[in-house]
Amino acid sequence: MMEMPSTTAGQGAAVSGRSTGGNAGDIAFGVLARLAGWSILLVMAGIIIVLVSGGWQAFAAFGPGFITSTAWNPISHNFGAATSIFGTLVTTVVALVFAVPFAFGVAFWLVEMAPPALARVIETAVQLLAAVPSIIFGMWGFFIVVPFMAHYVEPVATRYLGHVPGIGLLFRGAPYGTGLLTGGLILAIMVTPFICSVMADVFVSIPAVLKESAFGLGATRWEVMRKVVLPWSRQAVMGGIMLGTGRALGETMAVTFVIGNSNRLGWSLFAPGNTIASLIALEFPESSAGSLKLSALLALGAILMVISFITLACSRMFLQRGLKN
Amino acid sequence: MSAQKVQAGAPDGWQRGGAQAVRRRIVERLVNVLCAIATVVVLFLLFSILWTLVTRGAAGLSLATFLHSTAAPGSGGGLANAIVGSCEQTLLAALLGTPVGMLTGIYLSEFSHDGKIVSFVRFVSDMMLSVPSILVGLFVYLVVVEPAGHFSGIAGTLALAILFIPIVVRTTEDMLHLVPRAMREAAYALGAPGWRVIVSICLRAARGGIMTGILLALARISGETAPLLFTSLGNLNWSTNLNAPMASLPVTIYQYAGSAYDDWVQMAWTGALLITVAVLATNIFARWWLSRNGTASS
Repeated sequence: MMEMPSTTAGQGAAVSGRSTGGNAGDIAFGVLARLAGWSILLVMAGIIIVLVSGGWQAFAAFGPGFITSTAWNPISHNFGAATSIFGTLVTTVVALVFAVPFAFGVAFWLVEMAPPALARVIETAVQLLAAVPSIIFGMWGFFIVVPFMAHYVEPVATRYLGHVPGIGLLFRGAPYGTGLLTGGLILAIMVTPFICSVMADVFVSIPAVLKESAFGLGATRWEVMRKVVLPWSRQAVMGGIMLGTGRALGETMAVTFVIGNSNRLGWSLFAPGNTIASLIALEFPESSAGSLKLSALLALGAILMVISFITLACSRMFLQRGLKN
Repeated sequence: MSAQKVQAGAPDGWQRGGAQAVRRRIVERLVNVLCAIATVVVLFLLFSILWTLVTRGAAGLSLATFLHSTAAPGSGGGLANAIVGSCEQTLLAALLGTPVGMLTGIYLSEFSHDGKIVSFVRFVSDMMLSVPSILVGLFVYLVVVEPAGHFSGIAGTLALAILFIPIVVRTTEDMLHLVPRAMREAAYALGAPGWRVIVSICLRAARGGIMTGILLALARISGETAPLLFTSLGNLNWSTNLNAPMASLPVTIYQYAGSAYDDWVQMAWTGALLITVAVLATNIFARWWLSRNGTASS
């Protein structure tokens, strides 16, 4: 479903370049195509300018402390970004911890082990999972996953992992069901298909001779994967993971349902929290135009934009480099 | 396939004796089992979502759901205004986004003699493909809703179009690259002007793939909630006026699912079932269409 950035740019360049002059139809068509292309730049520039200028009031009022402050108090007009940035990063990391192994497992199984007919059906199913609207994940998460987490997963985790030195801190706290862990898990389900389809595409594209020579030496499928396919496709796989990361960072509806929406910062993964996107979705309707709160939300939007930009730019770089091999 | 054949042909190497060989065999089996489990888990999750939607949503499916507008809790009501609002905004966004997206795709594929700016447009379009959709909602709110002073279906349409365009750009460009060079050259040799070659030859050859991309993009934006929250807002009454707040299925689901009324929650599940069926059916149809008419695999 996710197309890779194209690497064969400019195939038609020489051909169409020959006849751009003279013909009125060509000129008109050229103007239209260029206008359309440049309008994309305009929209993107608009999004960035509007978010940054809208958030300027908050950046000016709180200075660099905005990013490190954990406050979110509409009554005393004191706002900070730390909690929601923390929530965004934690849920994304949790999502990746679960999504990457699963995506790898499914991709490995589809490419190397599945009977071709079955593989086609299951590949379609995985892509359908990617097509399910995010609000459906939110509802399903809220009505099915949250009670399951509250009754089974969280009490058990507290009982067995809560006393482990170090990581025990992550698994203590009241089992509400909603919280950072549940948010991360829902995100994991949402990004797994994306990472999986990039991985499967990459694994398929490896030259057969590389794999066959390793098999010829008596290597097992797992050894071929670990010592030939993965080293060869490392960069493109990283690109796929970053692509999933970008999705997880900005996901709104699914997270809003299950994150618990509370402005708290702590060690426990069970505690309710918030993310930048969920905070914007919930608080924006209650902010009046021109208020400091609105500006703080826009500033958060600008920060989210920067984080996703860096992630996506990395993803693109990795994918392009990986596919050039 | 070749892998299995090679293994079957050389079982003597690693399947015989030795502690290391046993270890390798166990690891191999373990990885196979783990991968199969991962696949089963992912399939189970998809199944669980669909099962939940069908069992909880089917109860609210009746003629009234499609004929009546949303109403106060306890007084019946349906989803007619939300369904119509969703269709109106989605289709208008597609109508708006398709020409822009296709022209941009053509620009990226056929005008690369313009130099660096083409790759920059490609870069920005790829970024837009993954911009968090809630930020698009914020942008349209500040640019359209705030100056106009009220929420409107137009704003919702614009937000959806911004999400729609980059998907069409990507597909159009990819599909145009698959058109054989010889086909273009043949058209040029017959004296066709550049734009005719693009429109009558390249676009026609790439038609199947581009249609698939448009359908997939349509499915994608019809389920979007976040960009509509601050733009078309939602409307509890019947309204097809684009200059007024407009209901949509995803936003109605969002409002109803979080409410305390059983019949609203039931309606939310029904809406969720409807939209998921529509989105998944579009997806399956688009893929089937591509495998039948397309010039390339996706």
